[in-house]
Amino acid sequence: MTDMTLPFAPIHEVAEASYLDEGHTLWSWLTTTDHKRIAILYALSITVFFFIGGAAIAVVRLELIEPNGLFLSSDAYNRLFTIHGIIMVWFFLVPSIPATMGNFLLPLMIGAHDVAFPRLNLLSWYLYVIAALFTVYVLIAGGVDTGWTFYPPFSSDYSNGHVVAAAAGVFVVGFSSIATGVNFITTTHMLRCPGMTWFRLPLFVWSIYATSIVMVLATPVLAMSLLLIVAERVFGLPVFDAARGGDPLLFQHLFWFYSHPAVYIMILPAMGVVSEVFACYARRQVFGYSFMVYALMTIAVIGFMVWGHHMFVAGQSDLANLVFSFLSFIVAVPSAIKVFNWTATLYRGQISFEAPMLYALGFLGLFTIGGLTGLFLASVPIDIHATDTYFVVAHFHFVMVGGTVSAFMAGIHYWWPKVTGRLYHEFWAQFAAITMFLGFNMTFLPQFLMGWEGMPRRYHYYPPVFQVWHVFSSAGAGILAAAYVMPLAYLGWSLVRGERAGNNPWQATGLEWQTTSPPPKHNFERQPVVTTDPYMYHEVGHPRSPDDDTPPAPQGNQ
Amino acid sequence: MNMGQFTTEASNYAFRVDETFWLLVGVSTAVVLFLVALIVTFMVRYRRGSNAPRGELPELLKHEIELGWTVATLFLFLFIFWWAGAELLTASESPANALEIHVVAKQWMFRFQHPTGAREIDELHVPVQTPVRLAMTSEDVIHDLFIPALRIKKDILPDRYTYLWFTATKTGIFHLTCAEFCGTNHSSMNGRLDIIGKQDYARWTEAQPEGDDLAHQGAGLFHTVGCSGCHDSPNATIHAPDLHNIYGRLVQLNDGRTVTADEAWLRDKILLPARDIPAGYANDMPSFRGVVTEGQIIALIAYLRSLSTTPNAQGTQP
Repeated sequence: MTDMTLPFAPIHEVAEASYLDEGHTLWSWLTTTDHKRIAILYALSITVFFFIGGAAIAVVRLELIEPNGLFLSSDAYNRLFTIHGIIMVWFFLVPSIPATMGNFLLPLMIGAHDVAFPRLNLLSWYLYVIAALFTVYVLIAGGVDTGWTFYPPFSSDYSNGHVVAAAAGVFVVGFSSIATGVNFITTTHMLRCPGMTWFRLPLFVWSIYATSIVMVLATPVLAMSLLLIVAERVFGLPVFDAARGGDPLLFQHLFWFYSHPAVYIMILPAMGVVSEVFACYARRQVFGYSFMVYALMTIAVIGFMVWGHHMFVAGQSDLANLVFSFLSFIVAVPSAIKVFNWTATLYRGQISFEAPMLYALGFLGLFTIGGLTGLFLASVPIDIHATDTYFVVAHFHFVMVGGTVSAFMAGIHYWWPKVTGRLYHEFWAQFAAITMFLGFNMTFLPQFLMGWEGMPRRYHYYPPVFQVWHVFSSAGAGILAAAYVMPLAYLGWSLVRGERAGNNPWQATGLEWQTTSPPPKHNFERQPVVTTDPYMYHEVGHPRSPDDDTPPAPQGNQ
Repeated sequence: MNMGQFTTEASNYAFRVDETFWLLVGVSTAVVLFLVALIVTFMVRYRRGSNAPRGELPELLKHEIELGWTVATLFLFLFIFWWAGAELLTASESPANALEIHVVAKQWMFRFQHPTGAREIDELHVPVQTPVRLAMTSEDVIHDLFIPALRIKKDILPDRYTYLWFTATKTGIFHLTCAEFCGTNHSSMNGRLDIIGKQDYARWTEAQPEGDDLAHQGAGLFHTVGCSGCHDSPNATIHAPDLHNIYGRLVQLNDGRTVTADEAWLRDKILLPARDIPAGYANDMPSFRGVVTEGQIIALIAYLRSLSTTPNAQGTQP
């Protein structure tokens, strides 16, 4: 083996400056059109909001230790869980993986210099910031109490919270999603480097592509429904007010037409991340690559047709309930296939357990439970009893927190050396990953139990028979909170003192690893050319080790 | 208060829902155990540097197995869908002879009105072994009546009727509560369901102070509000339909459609008379919105129902 086949080893004699050295002033960051810097801007913003949303729910969990509350008024309680929902859904989960890792990695993975529309990319971040300002205003002005779902007529005619400002924030952040989606779709179509055919795309790229399609098609419906809420609330336009010929169920149809696909906006990128991680740490090609691609696209398409399963008890006809139930079972099939394929990827691998792998394994377990309980809720008679209880709360937290946040953490650690050029502290990262898994289960498993027993969600005061579960859940939330703060500390430390990582510390095959870490401003010094399928780890079948001089075949050459 | 108020299976339906639930728990547990066993086995056997043999996958494992588990998953899911769907269909129609109780929800209370006219707030007495049908509407936002022991729940919407029905099989005191977020005191909007013996129920309704039953209240309103001026007067100058036997009947509309005159439709006729004009009549009835309250509409419809001699005059069945 010569150096010629190791394009990631001695890059070039004159290494270009990394993107991080392209300017150190605040102005250089605020006016950047570099997709990597915009990814960092997004990462910082969503981290701030993750902790605001987390703080809100921490207070709620504290309050719920006692059946009659500890220190909050009912209004304050309602405002806290509402702001938790709004922030976590629109200001953390929806942009989480696409706007940070998608932004950073999509061009790198397909061998492009940037996204297709770099200035639109920056605009999308500014839209996010404007939307965030609305939300911060809502927080300071006293909050909003509609739940993140904004159901009329409560939101349009009865609520005395800051509904209009909150809806405006969500309305604007929607355009940030749309801009990101348009950008990613165009980038994937137009900017793939020579040799990067559709079926050589890494699964992360496919997942971001599928997500972008959902973002572009679904988000306008959200904008519309929120606009109608504002029209009714401010101008008295009777769209949802049944007393004047409107229909409150119309809103629920519109809202879930966005918000169910939005669940896939949150989970599809997570599936992409763990596919990369499993392949790298099992040293194995992802099992059933083409099935994985079809599964992603099937989920994205059928995901649009299942919104009615949120309305089984809302007065929908039995026939509609049956149809939506059927489609909900169908959409679960591709998700199940993916779980089997990730498991099969481990078969005959060379598995090591660095933090990203631990997070990905956590994702696999928690997503499986989240998915299986989804089948419960797709069954109409079960849903009738379980909907609007903690069973549903537990179900979607398993998918969105157990699934998406675990995958987000896996991605952060996996690509940390790529983004920063430094290594994180492995022990602390593994410790945080395990703590997060345990804390998560302790928080949300009791919620399945109390939900099935009949504990409704969004309840400030609750019957004392449920207290024991609430205490468990709150204690788990404490552990979970600690597990979320830990990465701030050791990743922060790594930024300043972390060991230099080298260009490809995981000996991964993806194109993003075939350039320097951190990459130069335009990603690659020479036009990369792709010659093989992704994930050719098994070609060699060797474990990854520092003194192994036969690394796997990279996906491309520069 | 004890957990039995929530978890007791107080009807046969509740029992069947739990059966489906445990079936799903069984299937899920099997799937999870299978996956965990596989993952742990692989993690141990194929850990980095172990001496287990690796190499290419056998041909069989590459495609056949993928198709195999795709199809197996699909069939398993279709089976669960069929099982749960059959459950839904057998439970969807309420029996014709059900005892009809009206529910009006408002921030933050439930008001129940029995056919005898007896009213109660946040407490509902029902006889055991008797089909009970709840016709529900809201005076303000969307609420939801959730009775965990019966495993039933339904949203209560403003300006529309939704229905729940059940046949309780156990006497006792159970919990009922609002399950759709409805504002400040949402979590205090709850009460109790007293399932009592049939004779106890008869005694209980007799002991209630309300003088007239709902139909009689409605008859009074029919005159005082002015309905009778057109609908029940030989000298009326306006051509208005006779309302005897209207309830539960199929009505021909002037646009050719046919509708069933159930509660929801009659309510619409009182509030939005211009919608759905019956064939042969002009659009000259005024709206009574703002003139009559939700409770009065319920009484008026109960009166119309009492005018109906159709044995099946129970709403969904014409």
